[in-house]
Amino acid sequence: MKIMNCPLNGPRNISEFVYGGEVKPMPDMVNCSDKEWAEYVFYYDNTIRIVQEWWFHSPSGYWFIAERHTASDEILKTYDPSEIFKERIDFEVKAKPAQEVVS
Amino acid sequence: MPFSLLKYGLKNDYPFENDVDLPTPTDLKKHYDVVIIGGGGHGVATAYYLAKYHGITNIAILEKGYLGGGNTARNTAVIRSNYLTSEGVKFYTESVDLFKQLSNEFDFNIMYSSRGQLTLAHTDAAVRSFRQRTEVNTHFGGKTELIDPQQIKELVPTLNMNPADMPVLAGLWHIDGATARHDAVAWGYAKGATQRGVELHQLTEVVDVITENNKVTGVKTNRGTVKCGCVVQAVAGHSSIVAAMAGIKMPITTYPLQAMVTQPVKPFLDPLVSSSALHCYVQQTGRGEIVFGGGSDPYPLYNTRSTLDLKESLLASAIEMFPFMANLKLMRQWAGITDMTSDYSPIMGLSPVDNYYLDAGWGTWGFKSTPICGKTMAELVASGGKVPDLIAPFSMDRFDVFRQVNEMGATAASH
Repeated sequence: MKIMNCPLNGPRNISEFVYGGEVKPMPDMVNCSDKEWAEYVFYYDNTIRIVQEWWFHSPSGYWFIAERHTASDEILKTYDPSEIFKERIDFEVKAKPAQEVVS
Repeated sequence: MPFSLLKYGLKNDYPFENDVDLPTPTDLKKHYDVVIIGGGGHGVATAYYLAKYHGITNIAILEKGYLGGGNTARNTAVIRSNYLTSEGVKFYTESVDLFKQLSNEFDFNIMYSSRGQLTLAHTDAAVRSFRQRTEVNTHFGGKTELIDPQQIKELVPTLNMNPADMPVLAGLWHIDGATARHDAVAWGYAKGATQRGVELHQLTEVVDVITENNKVTGVKTNRGTVKCGCVVQAVAGHSSIVAAMAGIKMPITTYPLQAMVTQPVKPFLDPLVSSSALHCYVQQTGRGEIVFGGGSDPYPLYNTRSTLDLKESLLASAIEMFPFMANLKLMRQWAGITDMTSDYSPIMGLSPVDNYYLDAGWGTWGFKSTPICGKTMAELVASGGKVPDLIAPFSMDRFDVFRQVNEMGATAASH
């Protein structure tokens, strides 16, 4: 049985966890282009090396980040997302609100 | 003893000297019109159709390992076309039609065996989805019916009609469902292609793709650099890695997929049977072994290791379906690496690099599409980038315009 170390609950069976995708910067969703948003949602590095990934401990509903090698499946480190995401980012609305069309 | 056998027994030279399946390896040439990365079913099929229909024979197939040694040898050899979307059904129906003629075309037995495929529904929602798939499939010329529990019992008498306390409500009976010897498909295509002048270079790994002004000019391999007119990438399991060499990022995540096979038993199971709720599919091979597989691993990995968790849950489902299998012994188990797209459809056609063509994202549905994939990719390459209608919906940029082709409901075992 493969064990993952949950930063909140300690070592647990891997079947309790759900993979949540690569950690990647989120574009400004209000002002980015469709292409940029599609890249963020659908495109992945999907590479062979140690990567940063989102993982979810399902029983406790807790999201965290793991560093794992995508070929050897070795989990090197797990930590709370607050170690990376230290401050809140508010995206500003730059585009003008859509004007009502008067016919 | 036949006289000819005695005659050749006494002679020094082998009677079929000029009829070997594959020519002896040669050095790489400096330039090829087409370089195909990946010597699996899709790669060699593309080369075959290019040589056969389009007269293009200055082709090199570069294979890192050996012919058909990747996912072509690791799939569970299911051929079917009972998909959900019209785009998918049209594509796979034509593939099944091509498969039927392959043995004749190659003059080489691919052991195509049209045994039908049965998918079990355990919920009303699944029955509704099966009804839709029956209609779509029939509309595009496939043979699919919705059958009731009584008919299922007659078709598969050994099946437990109440597996895991989930009664079988109906079945999607795909009469065209079939199986074939997957290695033979790759060998047949390779033989046909090399006879027409295509070069197959095994143990030749592409380490870099050389691009200039958004055009591919050549590839670097472990045996030297070759120039080329265009490149076709057909590398199931490493699509993102190879595409990255050409600077292309792909909408793919790579997962292992595990399967296994039992010791041989007397023939008891004619159709291929899968259960939509138990995530398991079972079939008996011509040799009597029972092959079963299920969903992909729960998280991405580039590794063909096996895990007890997945094997255990798969076995539990298989035994629910066919309880007598509890007494059988497992003979082999293995895994393949599958490039999954988020809509469960492939990525075929053009890429952001001008003369670099993609045949990727074949997840768990690659083998059944081998002939049509080769045929359409050959058309694409021969026309210099004019995308055939059949594969236009599978272009990579469908993700940029949010026009996915959702086949999730149509995988033999939902992943």
